[in-house]
Amino acid sequence: MLRLIKYLKPYRLLILLAIALLFVQANADLALPDYLSKIVNNGIQQNGVENAVPVAVRQSEMDKLTLFMSSSEAEKVLGDYTLIEPSTAEASQVLDQYPVVSAEAIYVRKDLTRAEIDALNPIMGRAFVAASGIEQMTANPEQAQAMAQQLGIDLSKLPAGVDPLTLLQQMPAAQRSAITDKINAQFSSLGDSMINQMAVGAVKTEYQALGIDTGRLQTNYILSTGGIMLLISLLGGACTIAVGYLASRTAAGAARDIRLAAFERVENFSSAEFDKFSTASLVTRSTNDITQVQMVIFMMIRMVFYAPIIGIGGVIRAIDKSANMWWIIALAVVVLLGLILSVFSISLPKFRIMQSLIDRLNLVTRENLSGMMVIRAFNKQEDEEQRFDRANQDLADTSLFVARVMVTMMPVIMMLMNLLSVGIIWVGAHQVAEANIQVGDMMAFMQYAIQIVFAFLMMSMMFIFLPRASVSGGRIADVLETKLSITDPEQPSELKKPFVPEIEFRDVSFRYPGALDDVLHNINFTARPGETTAFIGSTGCGKSTVINLIPRFYDVSGGAVYLDGIDVREVRQSDLRDKIGYVPQQGTLFSGTIESNLRYADEDASDETLQEAADIAQASEFIFAKPEGFQAEIAQGGGNVSGGQKQRLAIARALVKKPPIFIFDDSFSALDFKTDSALRRELKEKTGDSTVLLVTQRVATVKNADQIIVLEEGRVVGKGSHQDLMQTCETYQEIALSQLSREELL
Amino acid sequence: MTDGRGSSSSERRPVIGPGRRRGGPMGHGGPMAMMKGDRARNFKGTMLKLIRYLGSYRIAILVVMLFAIASTVFTIIGPKVLGKATTKLFEGVLGQITGTGTGIDFTYIGNIILITLGLYLASAAFSFIQSWIMANISIDIAYRLRQDISRKINTLPFKYFDRVSQGEVLAHITNDVDTINQTLNQSLSQIITSTVTVIGVLVMMLSISWQMTIIALLIIPLSMGIVVLVVRQSQKYFTQQQDYLGHVNGHVEEMFGGHRVMKAFNGEERSIKTFSGLNDTLFDSAWKSQFLSGLLFPIMRFVGNLGYVGIAVMGGYLAIRNAITVGDIQAFIQYVRNFTQPITQIANISNVLQQTAAAAERIFEFLDEEEEIPDAEHPVEVDDIAGHVEFRNVRFGYSPEKVVIKDFSADVQPGQKIALVGPTGAGKTTMVKLLMRFYDVNSGAILVDGHNIKDFRREDLRCMFGMVLQDTWLYNDTIMENIRYGWPGASDDEVIAAARMAHVDHFVRTLPEGYSLVLNEDATNISQGQKQLLTIARAFVTNPRMLILDEATSSVDTRTEVLIQQAMEQLMKNRTSFIIAHRLSTIRNADWILVMNEGDIVEQGKHEQLLEQNGFYAELYNSQFERAYAIE
Repeated sequence: MLRLIKYLKPYRLLILLAIALLFVQANADLALPDYLSKIVNNGIQQNGVENAVPVAVRQSEMDKLTLFMSSSEAEKVLGDYTLIEPSTAEASQVLDQYPVVSAEAIYVRKDLTRAEIDALNPIMGRAFVAASGIEQMTANPEQAQAMAQQLGIDLSKLPAGVDPLTLLQQMPAAQRSAITDKINAQFSSLGDSMINQMAVGAVKTEYQALGIDTGRLQTNYILSTGGIMLLISLLGGACTIAVGYLASRTAAGAARDIRLAAFERVENFSSAEFDKFSTASLVTRSTNDITQVQMVIFMMIRMVFYAPIIGIGGVIRAIDKSANMWWIIALAVVVLLGLILSVFSISLPKFRIMQSLIDRLNLVTRENLSGMMVIRAFNKQEDEEQRFDRANQDLADTSLFVARVMVTMMPVIMMLMNLLSVGIIWVGAHQVAEANIQVGDMMAFMQYAIQIVFAFLMMSMMFIFLPRASVSGGRIADVLETKLSITDPEQPSELKKPFVPEIEFRDVSFRYPGALDDVLHNINFTARPGETTAFIGSTGCGKSTVINLIPRFYDVSGGAVYLDGIDVREVRQSDLRDKIGYVPQQGTLFSGTIESNLRYADEDASDETLQEAADIAQASEFIFAKPEGFQAEIAQGGGNVSGGQKQRLAIARALVKKPPIFIFDDSFSALDFKTDSALRRELKEKTGDSTVLLVTQRVATVKNADQIIVLEEGRVVGKGSHQDLMQTCETYQEIALSQLSREELL
Repeated sequence: MTDGRGSSSSERRPVIGPGRRRGGPMGHGGPMAMMKGDRARNFKGTMLKLIRYLGSYRIAILVVMLFAIASTVFTIIGPKVLGKATTKLFEGVLGQITGTGTGIDFTYIGNIILITLGLYLASAAFSFIQSWIMANISIDIAYRLRQDISRKINTLPFKYFDRVSQGEVLAHITNDVDTINQTLNQSLSQIITSTVTVIGVLVMMLSISWQMTIIALLIIPLSMGIVVLVVRQSQKYFTQQQDYLGHVNGHVEEMFGGHRVMKAFNGEERSIKTFSGLNDTLFDSAWKSQFLSGLLFPIMRFVGNLGYVGIAVMGGYLAIRNAITVGDIQAFIQYVRNFTQPITQIANISNVLQQTAAAAERIFEFLDEEEEIPDAEHPVEVDDIAGHVEFRNVRFGYSPEKVVIKDFSADVQPGQKIALVGPTGAGKTTMVKLLMRFYDVNSGAILVDGHNIKDFRREDLRCMFGMVLQDTWLYNDTIMENIRYGWPGASDDEVIAAARMAHVDHFVRTLPEGYSLVLNEDATNISQGQKQLLTIARAFVTNPRMLILDEATSSVDTRTEVLIQQAMEQLMKNRTSFIIAHRLSTIRNADWILVMNEGDIVEQGKHEQLLEQNGFYAELYNSQFERAYAIE
């Protein structure tokens, strides 16, 4: 995969943008549980009161509160509030909000920032708790007794019916501050969170005193929080969609670029490179493998990048909610990862084995089906069944093992997840009791824990599957990084003008890349203009290899091939091939029409040229038997015409080019004798001064050639005319005798 | 969270379409998953058959079902119970704050947690036992099905394979068995757990709050609607993408396949230009298809979040009014997250069942196919067969409507050579198939040494014949074993002697591992001609009384061809031989020539007689055999 990374370069902006959006998405995903916790904490538990800094306070209440503040604190608090006296202009403005203003003066909070409110919160919280605590004392004497003892005040000294707050108000400043200090010291052990939770109760009471509808306040709080949640999830959704857009553009775009690069590369390959990879493998690499890579890129952006973001984000948020509980998540992640990794390290090799066992089973079945006649002819049904049974049993055993591993893993993972949530509740409950966190925080923490664990699960899956997917990437990179073995020379020679199509092989030897032995040894011959040079020999003797050296499908390993006196390696490949009309053995055609196939040789060829070529190639008859004639469709690979017709069209195609050199690589094999001889007769007439090279297995085809070259195991064992060779060359005689009767040979 | 079936809102991939292995909509296979699966013609009957096939496992499966239900019920109760702990905690905290309560009741919470743990543990245990048993059952059933299919293959008459391709039979063993295996292993318990989960969760949700339940239920039609909408759109682009991908791949295949032609005509630039155009079009539909199919996930999640918010708000609202507790909200949220997945699974049940039934139906139909006619009750004993073969008014057709051999009679004396000639596809192998009783004649009879071949045991009859076919069937084992295949009792020396007679010994000895070389899957590590020689050696080992030969044609080079020719001559000595002949010399030297055309015997006689008739044979001989026999 990494070897293909440069193809992602043009898309790096898209990728960066996608990552940025993933951050937003992750934050949106993580924010939701946070808001849920707010609904629980503030909305339900605190009745919609967020903090101890009320929007308004009665002046009388404020006076009490300030008793529990230092003078600097009181100053600060009062500075943030505006006093509104009854029956003033301001009072009528806020009358709807705070009906009590008609009767008494109130303080209304100024427009404060979040930070300013946070600064006031502990001060006012403490004051509210202290004030309400003392008020409760008066309402509930028994409790008051206990509390007073804690504060070191002897209540019995108080005159009956005297409000302790009034008493405090009347105390000298020094004595009062001693008491408030004591109270404050008492509270500091409770922690800000607890104070806040306790204070909101008092704030609520104050709101009621102000005449505010606290029920509506609570509902509004929940609804507005819900609204924010909706907006956030909308934002998250939008980000995901945008990431999907960026990811699909990037993946499809990179796939397009890689595909084009691979295709261009392969188009410039020589046959040597084709042999190295095999055609089928090159096709797979340029098609399926690239589709795989596209998939991987898409998943990378959408999931692989996302998992760590949400994982780390989740950890940060979770620690923020409760720093004391992170170890539960860490423990769960470690155990889970350990479990998954060990399960996969056990089962992955088994999966691979299972695949090969399935292949084995299919192989045995295929052999059973295709060899049915032989099996029954030899009465081997039972042996075959046993062979099948072995394969079947092996497969069943391995699948059972794999299934059992999976069967064990699923409930264990389930159990772990459940343990995690139960554990969080247990530990969380103690944290709540110690007032380190609130209940809503604990609930949010639980959801973070799940998100984190899943992020890690996802990452571990990715680490298991990505390497397998990236095999495709490696296979493509192999193609892209292959050095071309045949290239144009830096300073190409020009072919002579006028051009004489004489081909000379001088001491040519050839070895396929990586092979141990040469397939051609010391080949020497000259093919002259106007003559036909034929190559004959049994399969694998190297006759096709000889002619493949001329258009430089391969380059010689030793010696040289000269065209009109110039080494073929010194001219441009396109110049060289311009001179050659090549007819392949299988009569390869491309999809399109008959005409488009013929014009493949020369796009500007006249209709007469096409007609003439078809006539010579003996193709006109069947072309015009088709209703569409030259416009008849040719399917991919020429699947809709017969082998003989394909060969004739391939010959016609070469003729359209009117080249000085013709190469026929066993191109008459699918023609019947009549067509074969008629074709060669006309070819001889029309090709005139062209040099013709042909490869064949048929003696009848070579009989009239000017020069026959007999090859055996890569060596020239005979050279001359049919009559000469029948006298001198044993190999030629053997071949001839196996094909023709003695009478026919003479 | 107690989300047992493993998902949180952000990672859940909605399962739509016909199930997991057919590829989800999240990119892998594109939205293919929504495509309709195949259906069984007789759903009920097939299912009954399948249940019957399960045999003694039926009771085990019933027990397993109960386990699955138990496991699910325990999982479902979990959140609600755990919610109580949260509620208690919440109340404790509230008490602490207002100073009215006695603090947090840890004994109560501890008990709740222990109960929950117990529930989850029980659920996990049940689920484990359930899937363990199901894995055993499904794998054993898959094994049995495959075994039955394999056995069936060997008892089916050849005529079955005239109408059914090998690929189809292969598909029974692989795909169809796999479908049933998957259904038993996963889908079955999934169906149970999904159904129980949906019902159970619904009950639990209703027990918490009907208002919140309504919100949760509202989401289902919404998400279903969106799924259908998005899938329909992305399907359009997906098909388009597949089309263009086909064009691109087609061009690649074509150009790589015709690489030399392309090069020879300097076609590189043209080819790259065409490719580039196709590639750009592909890009356009590829990203759209991927984007659209990827939309489903975020949209579904947004809808899920909508529900989440709705429930949080409604829950908060209700909690204020003390209609529900905080723990209830927590439990409810867990339930909702567990709700959508089983619903999509249930929506899928009919699809899964239909596919299973279709697969089972195909398998059972295959297993119920008519088998070969059993051997005669009192078979003729084969002691010393001379090799006298008589065809008496043989009439045969692959199907009753199309009789290919109308009324054929011939008397073949021991040791005679019979040549079968005719153009490709003339039905020359039909005669072979009748002789070997791969097919039975419709009327008339074939007699060997005066006995109707139907009166022999098939095994005995087939032992009398040696077969060398052009379609050289060898299997994935050593060369030694492949030759020995003809007669398992043969010693190594006998195998080597046979190889020598077939002129293949020398060649085998030049191979890297000699006789121990394992032929690869398609036996591509030796050449076609060499394979042919091996099958001849195989026939030698059998030492049959009669021979059936199919001569090699052009795929073999001339030198090897000569070897094969010689080997076959050697094999035919003193044996009654039926040769599917391509070679001039074979035909000329045959004792009797059967000329076949379009599945019928059109002429018969000796070479000269037939030439004199100046009929089909003469024409065939002059055009095809004279020089260009290599055409085939």
